Amino acid sequence: MVFKQLPATALAAALCVATGGAHAESISAPDMGKLLATGGVSQVEGAGGGGLTPWALISGYGTRDSYGANAHITHVSTQDHSLDSIGVAVGIADRYEASLATQTFRGTGGALDGLRIKQDILGLKLRVAGDAVVDQDSWMPQIAIGLMAKRNKGVRGLGGVTSVKQLGARHESGIDYYVSATKILLDQSLLLNATLRATKANQMGLLGFGGDLGDRYEPMLEASAAYLVNRHLAVGVEYRMKPRNLGVDREKDYYDAFIAWFPNKNVSVTAAYVALGDITVLNPRRQKGFYLSLQAGF
Amino acid sequence: MQPFHSLTRAALAALTITISGGAFAQTTQSAPPMQPAQSMQPSMDQRTPHSDVLYQALGNKEGIRKIVDELLLIVQDDTRINESFLDADIERLAELLTEQFCDLSGGPCKYSGRDMQEAHADFKISVAHFNALAEDLQKAMDKQGVPSRTQNKLIAKLAPMQRTIVNK
Repeated sequence: MVFKQLPATALAAALCVATGGAHAESISAPDMGKLLATGGVSQVEGAGGGGLTPWALISGYGTRDSYGANAHITHVSTQDHSLDSIGVAVGIADRYEASLATQTFRGTGGALDGLRIKQDILGLKLRVAGDAVVDQDSWMPQIAIGLMAKRNKGVRGLGGVTSVKQLGARHESGIDYYVSATKILLDQSLLLNATLRATKANQMGLLGFGGDLGDRYEPMLEASAAYLVNRHLAVGVEYRMKPRNLGVDREKDYYDAFIAWFPNKNVSVTAAYVALGDITVLNPRRQKGFYLSLQAGF
Repeated sequence: MQPFHSLTRAALAALTITISGGAFAQTTQSAPPMQPAQSMQPSMDQRTPHSDVLYQALGNKEGIRKIVDELLLIVQDDTRINESFLDADIERLAELLTEQFCDLSGGPCKYSGRDMQEAHADFKISVAHFNALAEDLQKAMDKQGVPSRTQNKLIAKLAPMQRTIVNK
């Protein structure tokens, strides 16, 4: 019983420090005080943001005096592949975000039918400046820095290939570093995000890190633009630039068009049409399909 | 020339307020008496002229008053913040809020209340409290049929006030 209490005590202590010693009552119960949708949704690597890319918004509905958390499940399905992501995220003091997600990438058709690759991702994000909701009177965006520590857990269903290194990747794990700037322009009912990510990850890390064509960190630009239809609904588009480190994958940039629905502060649903490009030289078909994500939390 | 302009502007402002005061009492009366004052005011205005598009989209002073009345009803039922309003002079608060929203949205009003920091100094207002009021305002505007785009424009004017109003 003592052992089970330790994590709770540790969390309470961490929250106390993070919220600057705020009142005890504000730690015991989450305040759910942020405005609807201002925690973003869960992007495909588990961080708070859009669907494909992390934003500077901190996941969850806890204000600077509190905390929030959520779990997500996401399914992406294209002609020959599927990607499932499942994870949790916690936001503390509307400033710190931690997330944990597991991705499962499958081949469902074509030359890679039967392929299965898994990856774990630990995300950390720190808001460093600005407030996307409050700063309506300036051009200042909300800015956050973050990292995603990724570990590829091996390959199955591809004959004798059990490691992404056998596909040309230099490493089975890697860390992405990013900075995001999010601006909510309420006067135009718009949300804009730009993320700059330093990465070596091939297909987000599903095909390992670095490769025969290069093993250096490269800056990738990611952008989202959303129109806030009303407080429950946003529609938007995203773009995510990708590296090309592997001879075996002429990796393409990702695009999507999404609708995010926020019926209340406990649930959100995001649906998107995604274009992921062709994945490995073994299948020239440009992968396109649907993305569906459910987030539940507070 | 300037004193004449100031005098005329003051007279028009007084006329506008009197007319709009009458409009509140007669709920069936529509806006037209306000229009001559509005169309003449920008040219007389010594301050930088600003658009009253938002003011009109909110339904002019009448519409704003309806939103404010609805807001205060919702607030008094909102257990997150209604305690702070128990001792409030609701009528006076409604007048001041109407004046403030009218002023902020480009209408022919000048907010005459205390500044935001002073007005809220006696209360412990957290970000959650501030946002609760914003949400109640959104609900009030929903009830009055204000389109979302317009709602966002008003919230855009109010959001920066979080810096001075939130003191906890």
